[in-house]
Amino acid sequence: MTSSEPSPHAARYPAGALAFPHRDLLGIGQLERHEILFLLDEAEQWVALNRQRSKHVDALAGLTIINAFFENSTRTLLSFEIAGKRLGADVVNMHAAQSSVKKGETLIDTAITLNAMRADAIVIRHGSSGATGLIADKVDCPVLNAGDGQHEHPTQALLDALALRHALRERGEAADDFTGQTIVICGDILHSRVARSNLLCLQALGASVRLCAPPALMPVGIEAMGAEVFHDFDAALDGADVVMMLRLQSERMSGQFIPSAREYHHLYGLTKIRLAKAKTDTLVMHPGPMNRGVEIDSDVADMIDRSIITRQVEMGVAIRMSCLDVLTRRARGVEGWGDAA
Amino acid sequence: MKQMSPVTIINGRVVTPDGIREGSLHMADGRIAAHGDGDVVDAKGKLVAPGLVDLGVFAIDKPAFHFGGITRAALMPDQSPPLDLPSRVSYIAKSGKPDLWVHPLAAGTRGLAGSEIAEVALMQEAGAKGIATGRQWIADSGVMLRLLQYAAMLDLPVFCHAEDAALVGDAVATAGEYSTRRGLPSAPCEAEAIAIARDLALAEMAGAQIHFRQVTTRRGLELVRRAKKDGLRVTSGVTPAHFMLSDLATAEFRTFARLSPPLRSEDDRHAVREAIADGTIDVVASGHDPRGPEDKRLPFSDAEPGMAGAETLLAMVLSLVRDEVIDLGRAFELVSTNPSRLLGVRAGSLVEGYEADVAVIDPDKPWVIQSAKMAATAGNTPFDGQPTQGRVTALWKGGLAIEI
Repeated sequence: MTSSEPSPHAARYPAGALAFPHRDLLGIGQLERHEILFLLDEAEQWVALNRQRSKHVDALAGLTIINAFFENSTRTLLSFEIAGKRLGADVVNMHAAQSSVKKGETLIDTAITLNAMRADAIVIRHGSSGATGLIADKVDCPVLNAGDGQHEHPTQALLDALALRHALRERGEAADDFTGQTIVICGDILHSRVARSNLLCLQALGASVRLCAPPALMPVGIEAMGAEVFHDFDAALDGADVVMMLRLQSERMSGQFIPSAREYHHLYGLTKIRLAKAKTDTLVMHPGPMNRGVEIDSDVADMIDRSIITRQVEMGVAIRMSCLDVLTRRARGVEGWGDAA
Repeated sequence: MKQMSPVTIINGRVVTPDGIREGSLHMADGRIAAHGDGDVVDAKGKLVAPGLVDLGVFAIDKPAFHFGGITRAALMPDQSPPLDLPSRVSYIAKSGKPDLWVHPLAAGTRGLAGSEIAEVALMQEAGAKGIATGRQWIADSGVMLRLLQYAAMLDLPVFCHAEDAALVGDAVATAGEYSTRRGLPSAPCEAEAIAIARDLALAEMAGAQIHFRQVTTRRGLELVRRAKKDGLRVTSGVTPAHFMLSDLATAEFRTFARLSPPLRSEDDRHAVREAIADGTIDVVASGHDPRGPEDKRLPFSDAEPGMAGAETLLAMVLSLVRDEVIDLGRAFELVSTNPSRLLGVRAGSLVEGYEADVAVIDPDKPWVIQSAKMAATAGNTPFDGQPTQGRVTALWKGGLAIEI
């Protein structure tokens, strides 16, 4: 299977490069509904490939992908690295200590340096909102946002959507999109780029989204983004089809936002008892890393029929392969995607 | 240096405290005179106005000041090193010669750290025209009260930055839909009103004269309005950014719109315009703070706040006249007369015996604000690309003609 084959869902998006006319993937906010669906549909082939014994194609052979992570990451970095390698690209990881790049020109200089090394795609994680967009302005190749501050983490939202779609389909639901689904996102919404990207993505795909957090961890004005705001977790769970738990991002908190982890767990921890207040088949998601016993109990996280947390990780690789493939098509001269740069 | 020979400007629309009159303006010995002859300059029907007095700039940037018709600037103590010693103040007080008046504002606390009161009486003798808290609020109420007591004794105004420090923390935006969408650390706009409420109470206790350099929110302005009605010695100011722009301007993480205090909501922007119209706001200043790429070409929350505003101050205030928010006479009260009065200098009005700081202004001349072509040491204007009107065509500082 190669990426140049027509998509099985070709009817629902414009032809060729028009299906995804962006050079970069900076946020879900820049995407139309059909563009999100296109990335999800393209990922299906990589889900299939990743389940085979030989998980390698040469689609991106000869290309260099740089993963520039200005903020610590284990799973996202690993996921991007595996994705690039399975597509046949040369993948290089750059860990830049946040402290040394915080001051300034270094960030732009780093971007210019990476550009001069003729990267074919750059994946960036940075602690400041908008940083990936700043770098994208300075380089000639596609830039993928792997998380910028509290702004966006688009591949996380896409992989969550893909994992959820698979889980719903396995149940026999059509799940072309999430129309009619009620999805609760509970946790540290204020500091979470995952929450923002997921809110945008899930809504674009038709879901109604409830956000749940104590007021101190709920950003002002989030209702304007179309979310329904809850402070009572039990009320939020009532009738929910999916519940997505977020961890407390202590590293982004300046000052005290919760009285204690114990109290937080009492009010907002997902326990079996609490989950029972939702539907009998409510799905449980978590972008990881989990703090077991704080926002989620182990016996919930490990529920074989309800938790799709490990599937999210699996889908992460496929989604990142999809994004890297689609964004490099123009440079690779894939037919219908414009001339090679 | 040119001779200060007498000058008569003819055919002007002269902006005086009693209104605008057609005719001539005389300057002799560096002051506005009742009669005179000397060189004749034909204003050709343009405005003849007092030079602008910019209250609270962060850098002395003569080309930008002269472009903007600014003949006098009060320098904030936020320098490196800060203006917290008499020697630094006296050095700065002379630094504008010969073509700009510079009035240093003394740091209220040592190192602007907000904990130990600086030698404000000695700095007054060295030439400081006021005391400023700097870019920050003084969080310690005890320190602030004692500083205000000293200021009252010395009859020095205190220029305050009004944002509750603990609420602001590391915020770079006003809490609301736009900061939430962009994931920017934000603080509630009430941080301003809370700071103003405390400072007003302390100033009243101390009997001090207090000036809030920038009041940018509806609630903050309401407190100032009420305090004025109650007879407190309070005045307030703002920069054009807060009556021209709202937090919408920070879209795409544009760091030229990263300001302190941050841009507010549209409702607050309208409140600022109302407060300019009804007299709650006394001063419009540029907040001139030129910042190069090393401070601005960064992710939004890592960038330094501030805008290069000196060149656009006049044009933006004239836009309020065109929008019928204020009349022309009031425009020059905001940018010249009131700031001079606060600094206690005999300038800022075309009155006989006052310093001959005079600008000839074509209020309708169209031009486009271009970041890349600014006279300032850096082009960090949030108004980049905006067409505007109003330019200075001739300028005198204390009777000395300045090339522009």
